[in-house]
Amino acid sequence: MSYPVEQNAKFAAYAHPERLVSTEWLAAAIDAGGLDGGKLVVVESDEDVLLYETGHIPGAVKIDWHTDLNDEVTRDYIDGEAFAALAAAKGISRDSTVVIYGDKSNWWAAYALWVFTLFGHEDVRLLDGGRDKWIAEGRAVSTETSVPAPGTYPVVERNDAPIRAFKEDVLAHFGKPLIDVRSPEEYTGQRTHMPAYPEEGALRGGHIPTAASIPWARAAAEDGTYRDRGELEALYLGEAGLKEGDDVVAYCRIGERSSHTWFALKYLLGFETVRNYDGSWTEWGNAVRVPIAKGTERGTVPASR
Amino acid sequence: MDPEPVRAATGTRFATGTQLPCVRKLEGMNTPALPAALADIVDDFQALTEPERLQLLLEFSQGLPELPERLRDHPELLEQVVECQTPLFLTIETEPGDGDSPERVRLYFKAPREAPTTRGFAGVLHEGLDGLSAAEILAVPDDMPEQLGLTRAITPLRMRGMTAMLGRIKRKVAALVPRQQPAQS
Repeated sequence: MSYPVEQNAKFAAYAHPERLVSTEWLAAAIDAGGLDGGKLVVVESDEDVLLYETGHIPGAVKIDWHTDLNDEVTRDYIDGEAFAALAAAKGISRDSTVVIYGDKSNWWAAYALWVFTLFGHEDVRLLDGGRDKWIAEGRAVSTETSVPAPGTYPVVERNDAPIRAFKEDVLAHFGKPLIDVRSPEEYTGQRTHMPAYPEEGALRGGHIPTAASIPWARAAAEDGTYRDRGELEALYLGEAGLKEGDDVVAYCRIGERSSHTWFALKYLLGFETVRNYDGSWTEWGNAVRVPIAKGTERGTVPASR
Repeated sequence: MDPEPVRAATGTRFATGTQLPCVRKLEGMNTPALPAALADIVDDFQALTEPERLQLLLEFSQGLPELPERLRDHPELLEQVVECQTPLFLTIETEPGDGDSPERVRLYFKAPREAPTTRGFAGVLHEGLDGLSAAEILAVPDDMPEQLGLTRAITPLRMRGMTAMLGRIKRKVAALVPRQQPAQS
């Protein structure tokens, strides 16, 4: 049985309040012994591969987005067998409540949560505000690497279709809304990578034609928590022009920032069909015979060939 | 920039019991020899298992010296390495060498505590290169970071930051001493 859902006014306004927990809630759940027996498992997932080692939520395990969740040979996510082994090693069972948090307002945490969702893990939640908020509040941290008792995890094959879009899906999606969550400079084509980030080898700068530009960070408040429902609606329904029931695809550069937006659209605003295009700009920007748009205008649906 | 003499940085060595004799030989490989301090660091990393290498990198991040006060108060003297994922700032200075020896290059880094991987790379380069001559620094192979054996543990993407950091140091050193040629290897 999964852990009780946090009740508070901010979360209650969201479509799926059961997908978020606050730092207060998590601290209380840990104090109450929630981590004993693997009913509740806390996972840290950061951009910086060493950050967990400098101090983490006591009892939290580390999952690295790159070394743990990717299969470099197939250039894909790990398969069901590898995921089962990873989860079990981290003390996660199929019925565990998993709370994920991380640096940078939870980019990588949201990305890990999205991968857990590819495997249909039922109860996986984000810590609202992530690592920075926990630390800013002066809550307990530990440098001791957690060695949990192994969990029991069945081999479940990934089900990509509901929440993952491939390039072909995006080409077939034209006419329906796309959200580009990268920086304005990446969207217009001025640059092909994030300001202050390494060049990752996209040959062209610009965006997928018709995509609305809503940089991911606009969904986050100063303290890294998600903005409240009203603010998110102003952003995605107002500015981006999404309508209830829309089928939406979000993308960024490699699929991590768009996981943050995917979470907001899917669980906070309740869009049923939202897919993350993880190939994102590193694939689209380089793909042969795939059109782009440059500049601040969204552009028009490309004529089909 | 004034070649203002600065106090020698305190040496950082790690009590990890990893200071093995120099066992890794570069003979037969088409790689120029590294400066002694950097070669020692490479040997230390190579002697460890992958998880231990990450731990050593973490220790380097903790050992990165603070900026001297005169630079702390003058962030404009530091240059940002934009290729790094997290803000990293560095500057170089020179000071006279002993006797007839060439000028020594001093390196200064600033990176936030929340970026231990970046700090760790900076710590490696600081310990390995600080106080060397320009020629010695310019002779360090651009792919030196690969020799640390961290690529698999931290991924090629993250290794780029370190390669970029070394590249930036070399560019700054070359600009500071334009006529300096790389040492013959």
